[in-house]
Amino acid sequence: MTVEDQRGGVVSKDVSHYDKFPVGMRVLAVDDDPICLKLLETLLRKCQYQVTTANQAVIALEMLRVNRDKFDLVISDVNMPDMDGFKLLELVGLEMDLPVIMLSAHSDTKLVMKGITHGAVDYLLKPVRIEELKNIWQHVIRRKKIDPKDQNKSPNEDKACHGNSESGQGASSLGNADQNGKNSRKRKDQNEDEEEEGDENGNDSEDPSSQKKPRVVWSVELHRKFVAAVNQLGLEKAVPKKILDLMDVEGLTRENVASHLQKYRLYLKRISSVASQQANMVAALGGKDSSYLRMASLDGFGEFRNLAGSGRLSSSTLSSYAPSGMFGRLNSPAGLNLRGITSSGLIQPSGQNLSSSINTFGKLQPTLLPSNQSAGLYQGIPTSLELNQLQQSKCATGIGDFDPIKDSTGFTVSGSFPDNRVTVGSSSSLLSRASSNPLMLQGNSQQTHNRGPFGNQSSLGVAPLNPESFDLGIGGSSNFVNHNRSDESWQGAVQLSRFSSNALPLSEPFNHDQMASNNLGISSTSPHIGNSPIEFPSTNVVSGRLEDSGDVCQEGLIGNVVHNMTYTSKQRWEEYKQDYNPNMNHSFSDINSMVSNNGIVSPLGRSLDQNSAICGRSFDVSLIGQLNGGALSNAHHSEFENSAVDAKIKSNEDCLLGQTKSQDGFIQNGYESLDDIMNAMMKREQNQTLLSDGEFGINAYSLGSCI
Amino acid sequence: MEVGQMQRRLIEYTKSLFMEGILDDQFLQLQQLQDESNPDFVVEVVSLFFQDAEKLLNDITRALDQQSVDFPKVDAHVHQLKGSSASVGAQRVKNGCIAFRNFCEEQNVDGSLRCLQQIKQEYYHVKNKLEALFRLEQQIVAAGGSVPMMELSF
Repeated sequence: MTVEDQRGGVVSKDVSHYDKFPVGMRVLAVDDDPICLKLLETLLRKCQYQVTTANQAVIALEMLRVNRDKFDLVISDVNMPDMDGFKLLELVGLEMDLPVIMLSAHSDTKLVMKGITHGAVDYLLKPVRIEELKNIWQHVIRRKKIDPKDQNKSPNEDKACHGNSESGQGASSLGNADQNGKNSRKRKDQNEDEEEEGDENGNDSEDPSSQKKPRVVWSVELHRKFVAAVNQLGLEKAVPKKILDLMDVEGLTRENVASHLQKYRLYLKRISSVASQQANMVAALGGKDSSYLRMASLDGFGEFRNLAGSGRLSSSTLSSYAPSGMFGRLNSPAGLNLRGITSSGLIQPSGQNLSSSINTFGKLQPTLLPSNQSAGLYQGIPTSLELNQLQQSKCATGIGDFDPIKDSTGFTVSGSFPDNRVTVGSSSSLLSRASSNPLMLQGNSQQTHNRGPFGNQSSLGVAPLNPESFDLGIGGSSNFVNHNRSDESWQGAVQLSRFSSNALPLSEPFNHDQMASNNLGISSTSPHIGNSPIEFPSTNVVSGRLEDSGDVCQEGLIGNVVHNMTYTSKQRWEEYKQDYNPNMNHSFSDINSMVSNNGIVSPLGRSLDQNSAICGRSFDVSLIGQLNGGALSNAHHSEFENSAVDAKIKSNEDCLLGQTKSQDGFIQNGYESLDDIMNAMMKREQNQTLLSDGEFGINAYSLGSCI
Repeated sequence: MEVGQMQRRLIEYTKSLFMEGILDDQFLQLQQLQDESNPDFVVEVVSLFFQDAEKLLNDITRALDQQSVDFPKVDAHVHQLKGSSASVGAQRVKNGCIAFRNFCEEQNVDGSLRCLQQIKQEYYHVKNKLEALFRLEQQIVAAGGSVPMMELSF
């Protein structure tokens, strides 16, 4: 890990870390038993680590919260009077993403399993031996590597390791969505603690805190696989090991899966509450996104903690999302959670909600897109706000997971959205935050860039937003669609991404033309959505349209939408949504206009309502992806997103929207479908290059990947 | 007694503790952790153990004395005692704790009480032994010698 010489003289680069890294690694030891604590402290000192002790979990949490970067690794006892060790483990993993090692006098298999599923990177038995402690630094490295991603931040060490090169960079540049994906792999690799796999619980990457541990970037595809695996196993029975086997992804470690699963579960919980709404939305996908409102509920995402790191999308934020800003919001919380935003729900609004939501962007929440009006809605892009909200909420949930999203980098989408929506960008942040969905953003970046026309590039790259998280974007994306206004607050777009789950029915082929014109003109102002997309409502862009003519419109729509939306990079999300197209049709349609990705977006326009949702989804995805790129944000968005989007979109060639492959599926499972949708959308979008504009940052990637 | 003799005596004594199973190699690990920067490590940790164990034993006794015994709580105490005794190498105490847990699971008060008695006995036994050990060490140091490191050869 190239840790920049953080304390303890950690040397950068994994290679060199051998020399120094383990030395000086900062460990936080938590145990209520004073003897064990003292012993642990001494042992750790003997290993030349820097040790801080806490005899209470709450104290430890405080320390961590105060400065997460102060520690590389946490070792915690399982049985503690004030807080369950597993709970602490979960919290640390979710909030700080630090590797946590469990310690216990019990060697019960069940406990070990529990530790693993909660994301622990290792499980040691008391009395602890020094030999075991001598090796714990590997968890830190692993995490770093995987995380190289992106996060723009030059991850201190982390990613640098190999991840960095790949992912790290990726992180910043959403465009690297792919890279991020790779990075994620890396992380996973790192986490592969094969040897420990057996008993360890999941060595979390240890050093998220101090160094940038390479995080596994959960790209859309990856997330999709993950979700598929989980579904196959059944949520109850889904254990990391099996999921890992089913996913069959190289370089993915059990730990990665475990932590992702954990997040996913949380996300699902959130979604389920929202899902009900979304379900409605989904149903309404065609028409109203009532479910989208659910997205609003997503506000809860705010909790998602990851979103934007702390941005939790709290719906409230959404409301205030002021179109450009909205996405920002989204990023953090839930918006990004696109994740699962009960995918259907979110995206649903796509058509409608989006528009409305977009308009209301501020309000995103409730209606995210419900206003089928997609066309009209988008106009105001405010919906995007809604979207954002939606997204946020969704994202929040989803995004939380996104961790990988690494903070908002993914969201850069918003950045690209010149339009208002840029929220996408924010969403992207969400996405990034979604941390788990690094994928999302990844996608976004790609997507957006494709958008080309989009100017905005709605690269919604709704970065893989973990399919779950995609919801964010998509739902919001729909709003984006409204972009027409380009200003519209991309949010709609973002929402769209969320919508992805909603299967943006981009039914209408985004009026590509329009879209194109609109494209993302968002930046150029073309509220594309307004123009063409508005037509979305009917355009199920996502669904069929996209396919035809490669309606990139869809993507474009989304992209457009996104673009339009608010390209302010935030919109990127929308692009995602576009990706999400399948469902997003609505959103896309709307988004399309917004996204103006030209092709894609159009679909959005149509289904804006729906698509928007979907688009949103895809956007989100892309956005996320984009966002991930971080770079995408705004500045890059055009390129980033376009590229991302394009990439994504293009890849699919068919209107992503049309593809919405799993549209049906997406919407349904809410989570899973979202993922799928997202993926589908993403894919679609990719083909579509929804994100074309990359601006959206929506990483076409996500779109494409969605598919 | 001259230093050499004392040292030999110490080694023999320690060895016997290991042979009898009163201590296990975790104790050796503790000794190895002791160095110049941490000269009294073993004594410190063991002292902490004594304090903690006595408190826990009291808590367990009181808990078992209740009308309606709160077994989960008792179990938690025992678990902690197990962890700490394992950490210092007090093997018999640790084993006693393991047995105790079974009784707790069965919610067997009598069995638990008996087991508790046993644990207490073992605890005092190891306490005495260790205190004697430390005294020997102190004598050696006072006489100018250095405390020999135990090897795990036995």
